[in-house]
Amino acid sequence: MIAVTALTVSRGERVLFRDLSLTVAAGEAVALTGANGAGKTSLLRALAGFIRPDAGEIAFADAEPAEARARDIHWLGHLDGLKGARRAGDELDFQARWAGAGPDGIAAAVDVLALEPLLDLEVRKLSAGQRRRLAFARLIAAPRPLWLLDEPFAPLDVRWRAALGLLMQAHLDKGGGIIAAVHDPLPVPARPVDLGAGR
Amino acid sequence: MSAPGILFRRELALAWGGGGGPLLACGFFLCLTVLVPLAAGGDPAGLRPVAGSVAWLALALASILSLERLFERDYEDGSLDLITLGPAPLELVVLAKAAAQWLAVGVPLAAIAPVAAITLGLAPSLALLVALSALIGSLGFALTGALGAALALGSKRGGLLIAVVVLPLFIPPVVFGAGALERVANGLSPGPALALLAAYVLFAAVVTPFAGAAAIRNAQG
Repeated sequence: MIAVTALTVSRGERVLFRDLSLTVAAGEAVALTGANGAGKTSLLRALAGFIRPDAGEIAFADAEPAEARARDIHWLGHLDGLKGARRAGDELDFQARWAGAGPDGIAAAVDVLALEPLLDLEVRKLSAGQRRRLAFARLIAAPRPLWLLDEPFAPLDVRWRAALGLLMQAHLDKGGGIIAAVHDPLPVPARPVDLGAGR
Repeated sequence: MSAPGILFRRELALAWGGGGGPLLACGFFLCLTVLVPLAAGGDPAGLRPVAGSVAWLALALASILSLERLFERDYEDGSLDLITLGPAPLELVVLAKAAAQWLAVGVPLAAIAPVAAITLGLAPSLALLVALSALIGSLGFALTGALGAALALGSKRGGLLIAVVVLPLFIPPVVFGAGALERVANGLSPGPALALLAAYVLFAAVVTPFAGAAAIRNAQG
């Protein structure tokens, strides 16, 4: 669903990685590993189109990159993109609908992630783990085939790591793809791609 | 609802929620118009000829206040990344945000502009013209303000930088808007000045989406 050929990305003067090639097929998960500063986040940001690579090509299975990014990609960075002063329910509503979800999808996500008791609270009153669950809800609410996840489990407790693992497995079973930057092993079978030691 | 509509509603909610941005801008606007006569000394009649100009200056300054909220907050908390991966192109995102900024802040400011201008000594018969020209002008402020906010994205002293980038761009509408009032005071039609003001808004409406989107892409990279 995504094919990366000979990708070179640098930040400022520093080349993070050179000639990186990577393909993700439907139903496949890739775990990006590497030391801090090795370029895991930058690779994900390049795939999402936020960073222009120095060289190489990023091709999506059945659409032009701009179209694929507007329609087929879910991005879950280490920032949750939530506004502290707003109701959790309003934030979920905006994020999910912007990604293309309907009311049914949002209701299903609330159900699966047990968000009902949080919806009326202000986002600033949520813990980091609760916020991550709220941000994750848009991935469930709006079906998009390719998930780009940057340290998705960092703030979550053991129980929710397992629960999100099951949701990721369900996504893969439906023919979706996942590329995740992780330090701990992913809870789903994943092909490791190591970006090296960094600097 | 259409994609820009979803974003537009969120932007309005953000502008009104958490601190009441429009009320703050209106309060600032009124404070400025009260401050000017005090600074000018005890001669209200002396202010009368420049009342329109001062009202326009205050309008321009008040329009800057909430610009930092427009892109910088979304950039800091990561929601700008999500918005980039949405169904609407970034150019349309910039336009929707500027439109919401105008409706949330510009329109309330235009509504109280006649009050401020008359307080400063402008003839009450000009109230309608002040409101109309301020309504057009504040749309221009919202558009060029959005451009300035996008250009200042990612810099550390964003708020101050926005003001420095945007104020020179605010000169034409201030000149045309105050000019319209001055023409009427001299017995002329305000038409040409209003036409220039509208031309500025149209120009900003064409330039801002593309330049703003380019600035955002650059800040994300």
